[in-house]
Amino acid sequence: MRKLIDLPTQTPENSLAENEQKSRPAKVKNPLNTSKGQTGQNMQHESAEKHVTGKAVYVDDMPEYPNQLHIAVGGSAHAHAKIKSIDLTSVRETLGVVDVITVEDVPGHVDIGPVFSGDPVLVEKLCEYIGQPIFAVAAETMEIAKAAVAKAYIEYDILEPTLSVEKALKDQFFVRPTHQHKRGDSAQALADAPNRIQGEMQVNGQEHFYLEGQVCSVLPTEDGGMKVYSSTQHPTEVQKLVAEVLDVSINKVQVEIRRMGGGFGGKETQAAPLACIAAIVANKTGRPVKYRMSRHDDMVMTGKRHPFFNTYDVGFDEQGIMMGSDIMVAGNCGNSPDLSDAIVDRAMFHSDNAYYLNNSTVTGHRCKTHTTSNTAYRGFGGPQGVILAELMMDDIARHLGEDPLTIRKRNLYGIKYDHIRTADGQVDERNQTHYGQTVEQKVLPELIAELEKTSDYWQRRAEIKEFNANSPFLKKGLALTPVKFGISFTVQFLNQAGALVHVYTDGSIHLNHGGTEMGQGLFVKVAQVVAEEFQVDLDTIQVSATNTEKVPNTSPTAASSGTDLNGMAARDACLRIKAGMVKFAVEHYATDNDVIQEENVRFENNNVVIEKDSGEEVVVPFADFVQQAYMGRVPLSSTGFYKTPKIHYDRNTGKGRPFYYYAHGAAVSEVLVDTLTGESRLVRTDILHDVGRSLNPAIDKGQIEGAFIQGMGWLTTEELKWNDEGRLMSNGPATYKIPAVGDTPFEFNVSLLKDRPNGEETIYRSKAVGEPPFMLGISVWSAIRDAVASLADYHYGAPMDAPATPECVLRSVQDTKNFIRNTAQAQKV
Amino acid sequence: MIRFCLNGNWVEESTVSSDMTLLRYLRTQQALPGTKEGCGSGDCGACSVLLGERSIDDKGEGTWQYQAINGCITFVTQLDGKSLITVDALATKARLKKGVAKEVIAQQLHPAQQAMVDYHGSQCGFCTPGIVMSLAALHEHQRIHKNSEPADHHQIIDALSGNLCRCTGYRPIIEAAENMNKYHNNSGDAGQVAIWQPEPEIETKSEAPLDVAAETTAGLFHPASHTDSVSQSWSPKSEDELKALLTQYPEARMVAGATDIALEVTQMNRRLPQLIAINDIVSLKTITVEDDAILIGAGVTYSQMEATLNEHFPEFGQLLHRFASRQVRNNGTMGGNVANASPIGDTPPVLLALGACIELASAQGNRWMPLSEFFLDYKKTEQKQGEYLRMIRIPRLQDNQKLKVYKISKRLEDDISAVLAAFKFTLVESSNGQTVSAVTTGFGGMAGIPKAASKLEKALLNKPVSMAAFAEAAQVLEQDFSPMTDVRATSEYRMQVAQNLIQKCAFELSNPNSITRIESLNNSELSLNEVNVGGGHA
Repeated sequence: MRKLIDLPTQTPENSLAENEQKSRPAKVKNPLNTSKGQTGQNMQHESAEKHVTGKAVYVDDMPEYPNQLHIAVGGSAHAHAKIKSIDLTSVRETLGVVDVITVEDVPGHVDIGPVFSGDPVLVEKLCEYIGQPIFAVAAETMEIAKAAVAKAYIEYDILEPTLSVEKALKDQFFVRPTHQHKRGDSAQALADAPNRIQGEMQVNGQEHFYLEGQVCSVLPTEDGGMKVYSSTQHPTEVQKLVAEVLDVSINKVQVEIRRMGGGFGGKETQAAPLACIAAIVANKTGRPVKYRMSRHDDMVMTGKRHPFFNTYDVGFDEQGIMMGSDIMVAGNCGNSPDLSDAIVDRAMFHSDNAYYLNNSTVTGHRCKTHTTSNTAYRGFGGPQGVILAELMMDDIARHLGEDPLTIRKRNLYGIKYDHIRTADGQVDERNQTHYGQTVEQKVLPELIAELEKTSDYWQRRAEIKEFNANSPFLKKGLALTPVKFGISFTVQFLNQAGALVHVYTDGSIHLNHGGTEMGQGLFVKVAQVVAEEFQVDLDTIQVSATNTEKVPNTSPTAASSGTDLNGMAARDACLRIKAGMVKFAVEHYATDNDVIQEENVRFENNNVVIEKDSGEEVVVPFADFVQQAYMGRVPLSSTGFYKTPKIHYDRNTGKGRPFYYYAHGAAVSEVLVDTLTGESRLVRTDILHDVGRSLNPAIDKGQIEGAFIQGMGWLTTEELKWNDEGRLMSNGPATYKIPAVGDTPFEFNVSLLKDRPNGEETIYRSKAVGEPPFMLGISVWSAIRDAVASLADYHYGAPMDAPATPECVLRSVQDTKNFIRNTAQAQKV
Repeated sequence: MIRFCLNGNWVEESTVSSDMTLLRYLRTQQALPGTKEGCGSGDCGACSVLLGERSIDDKGEGTWQYQAINGCITFVTQLDGKSLITVDALATKARLKKGVAKEVIAQQLHPAQQAMVDYHGSQCGFCTPGIVMSLAALHEHQRIHKNSEPADHHQIIDALSGNLCRCTGYRPIIEAAENMNKYHNNSGDAGQVAIWQPEPEIETKSEAPLDVAAETTAGLFHPASHTDSVSQSWSPKSEDELKALLTQYPEARMVAGATDIALEVTQMNRRLPQLIAINDIVSLKTITVEDDAILIGAGVTYSQMEATLNEHFPEFGQLLHRFASRQVRNNGTMGGNVANASPIGDTPPVLLALGACIELASAQGNRWMPLSEFFLDYKKTEQKQGEYLRMIRIPRLQDNQKLKVYKISKRLEDDISAVLAAFKFTLVESSNGQTVSAVTTGFGGMAGIPKAASKLEKALLNKPVSMAAFAEAAQVLEQDFSPMTDVRATSEYRMQVAQNLIQKCAFELSNPNSITRIESLNNSELSLNEVNVGGGHA
């Protein structure tokens, strides 16, 4: 630490950290421990000082080779067309252009679909979205390459495109088969219910808008392979696909990524095409190649969050308790399967959000459209399912004239009613999801009760009603929405991880694992795990770039699983090294008449403490001990491995336990809406979130806040717009508006749920945090609907799609005004 | 030849092409990759750097005043005589010598940097260099004005309005901004860290009178990159030089802030082989307040005119906070906004409503015209080849006149309007309340050019100020405009919201103390129980 200022080095949140620590048995047992930076402490991001000084190196910042080539790609001009002819003569003749490749130049596999086929690295004949790569230009500079691309002459046979989910549904035009979850008899329950309503909504997609665009840099190796620097969440997949397009074995390709400038799911599969194209060019020319997409190309060519069209039909009793439902979620997958099967699955798994659906049928369609292939994005389909559940809650509340929070609480999992019984007459536990998993950890009822109190929900509700009664066109809205999010890859085999830990003879430690750092703080959290295991200061540990040569066959850093998986793998590696060290200590320090039990060798406070049976304690500084162990020929390096237990899912029955556990949270948001213009603004948000026992409260809080604002952006200002030809019109930050600094609420209270360690044996009983809070942004959308509903005295919930742009909100306002007018007329008649 | 100070070293450049952006120059020619490209269009702020201009105070002493600008939409051509600081050199006073690998011995983080570290203000870190530079500009502003108080919420939002962060949700960044003034270095200079100043002797060198005539004639002749043979650029210091250049090179493009033209290079991949940077012509950078009008030079940046507009046209001043970002306002000019004739430029509709006139100048002489006659068609104006926009004259408001300005966009900060509506009402008081005795309007986003709604103006004439009367008059707006549907809004929404805004005008005119706009609210106002929303007075 090179601090020259005289401020405390710790941040204001330290009190929280101390509380967290106190709840940890290990720390209580060992009050003398003063080593810095173990789990539970607010440690800064491992690259924080490098970030603020511009010294953190991203792929585009690496020194360039003098003979390095730059790529620009020419894409399809039509959403659906067959290529008749391609003339690239003028492209090739451009001064500064070194090579131009088409699909003919691919030595190996053309299809680079990550799970299912359908993604050609370059188009062969059929173009399926505007911007789909047809050829790539390699030139001395990126500017030359871009200018040359414009000189291509391509003739097309234009075919009719499918551009909407509705059309795809009508034509049964799917990228993968439809899947269904069924629990009980939903049709009968709907027929029997005293109340029954239907609703639908369009949920638009979302551009990732990672600040660092897609980029990679490749270098041919002497073995006929490639060294690839790729801004990717999934180095192993990049490695495999590059090997396949080059037709070489996987061990010829090495992929490295130190850090990404944001990922959010957008670099899970979408980074691979760039690396493949660059590798093909590098292979052909023998020169290093960099391919960095301009922001425009990135927005047009790469996949986004799936837009969904969702419908529900729900039956409920007079209390608003759901008795049966028929739910459809239809994802717009774009032109290829990519990860869409799992994404629509996750939308289905989360269409209940936190509520017991009882008898239900949930159907998920994977619609094909001639747009870019939609892909992973924080929440992975979950948010699109959750918002439907919240739509239902709001609509039930309006139908009954109740406060939406009351309806939400009544429908929570685990809330039992004496009169609601199962077929065999038992009180229904109301804790089984529509896919058969039991909700074991009953966190939300308490969490919501606490948030209700700390946010003054009911008092503010009363104040808001008064405000709205007196305000002619500015209206306030309030909403509390919870989230219950399943943690684990729903594809079972991905739930594994590896790590590599070296201890060097000076006591310094090197840590590497399969997870990638994209800003989420994974590297510091896993380093804290290692610091915890060896009980050494965090700055003893050096983390290095994720590299396929260090830890092989890794899963993507996705599904919020980075810390759960890699933290456990790193811990496993530490345990293996420690076992050898302990064995050595027992042998080395024992004497004939004073032996040592293994459990009496302790790692604490940067020391190794060896307690002999006589009671004598030998305290050896960690570095000295390591040196002794080295001299004693003890292995000081180990791999580690982890696989998530308990999970299974049977696709044939649509039943199983796809998730190891659930993470929870809830948010209360208050908005102000101008009903003359449709503009809205978030005024205050209170969040209470469940991260189990936090490994790093500051990092976790950052994830919660960032995810919430990103979720809010998805549902308010971020509007993807295509024209009738399938061309993305919102193709830059001038037309696509992610939240800016003024969109953060004036009052933003974020707390971690205290004293609720994970019921499952995760890494130190923490919980995943990357995705779940994204869905808390739904509270803003619901609050806007609440403000609009005030116009009709909360008895009408006007349909409102997402995002709730001013235009969308004003439409909802008009709809509400029409409802009032029609109701008044009906009463007159 | 361009001479500027880069991180403390004066550099002379004669070989960069005319349309080389500062960002590309830093990253590719100076090996300074700390400054990032997030969008290349001035929308994300990852490329923010500090640009310093030397101002001479009353005692004749020069100090360098720094402000944040976007490196991606600034041309190197615009930097003549300026001082530039990038994130790479903010942390320490030790020099980063060009071409010399010199290890920085003691890295002392700037307060903006240290606060960002301590308050967990960075996650992926990619936007962070830009955020740090915007915060450093804010810190420097406070320091220069000897203000040891932390910047208030409004100043912080304003300073960061052009910096997008996708990871944090901004809360920790705002907190860092609120706390950075607590940090100080060990030098004890009033508890504040000064951004260091270019060395005096070199500074003097930069002040040495240039052979202006020779430079003007010769221009900067740049061997350009592979795609074209030559490019030229000039940085004239007087209008006479500018006129001579325009006569000699009628095809040359003029840039003041370049915040719009630069997009042609970075987004459309066009080249600008002949470029005249007019940002150093002093006579175009004047603001004159006369008895009946305010004259704003075409080269005055938005940041420079803020105080004047706030004083004389508060609603116009308010609009500026939502006009682009702080970085763009530091470089962009009203002259540019008028001359590029965008149908969605934010200031022309306001200037139309205010009845502004403009002055065009050329070697052949000067001429004045009402702004309403300047716009001909989409991106077409009265400006002839060889002419430049010199001055904008805005009549001042009389006591019985009210200006109302509304901007509708998806996002509050740094967004382009779907609709911009501006009204200048002249009101007479009578026993029944107020009546409209005259009204002029200007609309953006409703037609191919910024345009007045003449039928609406007639319909509002002599109407009482009431929501009902204004709503009725607003119906004729459909005869004034048939707006287009595009990525920002549909035709129907544009029309409806414009009509609704006319109603809102009536409410605001009759309830002047009410809170009526979501953007003007701050937290303290909202938490008041007695919020005056003017209920029942409409």
